[in-house]
Amino acid sequence: MYRIKGLGILLAALLLLFPPTLRAEEVPHAGADASFDLNHYIFGHIGDAYEWHITTIRGHHISIPLPCIVFDGGLHVFSSHKMAEHGYTLNENGKLVNAATGKRPFDISITKNVCSLILSSILLVVLVLLTARWYRRHDAMKEAPRGFPGLMEMLITMVTDDIIKEGVGKDWEKYAPYLLTAFFFIFLNNLLGIVPFFPGGANLTGNIAVTLFLAVCTFLAVNLFGNKHYYKDIFWPEVPTWLKVPLPLMPFIEIIGMFTKPFSLMVRLFANILAGHIMLLGVVAVVFITAKLGPVINGSMSVISVLFGVFMDILELLVAFIQAYVFTMLSSVFIGLSRQEPEHETKQIETTK
Amino acid sequence: MSLITPDFGLLFWMTLIFAIVFFILAKFGFPLITGMVKKRSEHIEQSLRDAEQAQKALKELAEEQKRMIEETRKEQARILNEAAVNGDRIVQEAREQARTQTTAMIEQAREEIRIERDTARREIADEVAMLSVEVAEKLLRRQLDSTSSQNALIDRLIEEARAKHGQVN
Repeated sequence: MYRIKGLGILLAALLLLFPPTLRAEEVPHAGADASFDLNHYIFGHIGDAYEWHITTIRGHHISIPLPCIVFDGGLHVFSSHKMAEHGYTLNENGKLVNAATGKRPFDISITKNVCSLILSSILLVVLVLLTARWYRRHDAMKEAPRGFPGLMEMLITMVTDDIIKEGVGKDWEKYAPYLLTAFFFIFLNNLLGIVPFFPGGANLTGNIAVTLFLAVCTFLAVNLFGNKHYYKDIFWPEVPTWLKVPLPLMPFIEIIGMFTKPFSLMVRLFANILAGHIMLLGVVAVVFITAKLGPVINGSMSVISVLFGVFMDILELLVAFIQAYVFTMLSSVFIGLSRQEPEHETKQIETTK
Repeated sequence: MSLITPDFGLLFWMTLIFAIVFFILAKFGFPLITGMVKKRSEHIEQSLRDAEQAQKALKELAEEQKRMIEETRKEQARILNEAAVNGDRIVQEAREQARTQTTAMIEQAREEIRIERDTARREIADEVAMLSVEVAEKLLRRQLDSTSSQNALIDRLIEEARAKHGQVN
């Protein structure tokens, strides 16, 4: 989507610099896109696709075909550009369907998001292992890392000290790898999501499937290792007996609470990143929407669009970090709550620490 | 609608990939880093404690040193004082001794002088006696060169002897 913002900047610069005659020439060119489909434009960018669209030059789409993997009475693997040859087509939601029956097959294609996920995961593993390699090759007792390992150490220390230790409490080491992986996974993918050109730009952390998976991981981490007290609080909470005996009101509410916590995690991350992407796209779209309103309005609106775009970009950088932070923090707090000791002694021990 | 319905394909890959990433990072990445960071922070803490202790020891040592110097200085002052007193005493004694010795020597000299003088006096008296006898002899010889004077003298001497004799009788 930033590719388009880049064009917007270019367009604004041209409008400002070129003499009016030239500017007049720009108008028909922009006017050629007058049938600008905002819906298609926004959802095309935030949604998934079977090919990775790079750019469009003079109406000619340049995109990377991605492999489709389909189980439909047997395994079918084919390039997304040859979908029609294999008897498949896209439905109105952009999903792959059997052209003959119109049914969704069992579809595990490497879509744009999956491709982005693979790339970012490789990047994440490389980044972390590079940092780990520094520690293997240096005596950490004698020196602190500089440069990239130093940055990673700072982030890791921040997450462990400020989030995990605070949230989980006792036995935090057991949960640190998952929470750190979640933090860096979300943070890296949020950042890659704001990068406008090829390896980035996919709306991965703004996709409900991804956030659903992360939320399920947290749900499992909370509930699989919850202690007796945690489960007693759910099924037999300390409330007046009539709230739980004939009709298990409180246990019912508590069980719902078990699911609403990770659900909120899922929706929070998904909605924040998605909203950020949509807002950015909307701001950039102003350039194209105003194209048919004449050069003056289009020019001035383009300038406003670029200014807003820069602002939104910086805001999204902030959001990228905050959402990763919040997800990790809430996960650690939920885990910490599931491991709380029932007695008041633990509180005293904690305060005396 | 497709925005909020999780896509199965993506969910499948997400599960697979995230599991692999988590496995790799949990095995080779984060525990190593956090462990090392923890070790280092403990090491730094320990070093700080050690440094503090060393500083304390150094301070104590310096105090000890100061105390020792102070003591030595006192000792030195005491010894110097003693030496001065001793010196004074020795000088005094030497002076005393010298004085007594001098007095004794003077006394001895005086004694010798007195003996010398007495001897000299006696010698002078002997000399004078001899001289008087010689002078008397010479005078007598001159007075008695004539017969008359010799007679006169004999008479006188007889007279004198008579007188003397008479007195004795």
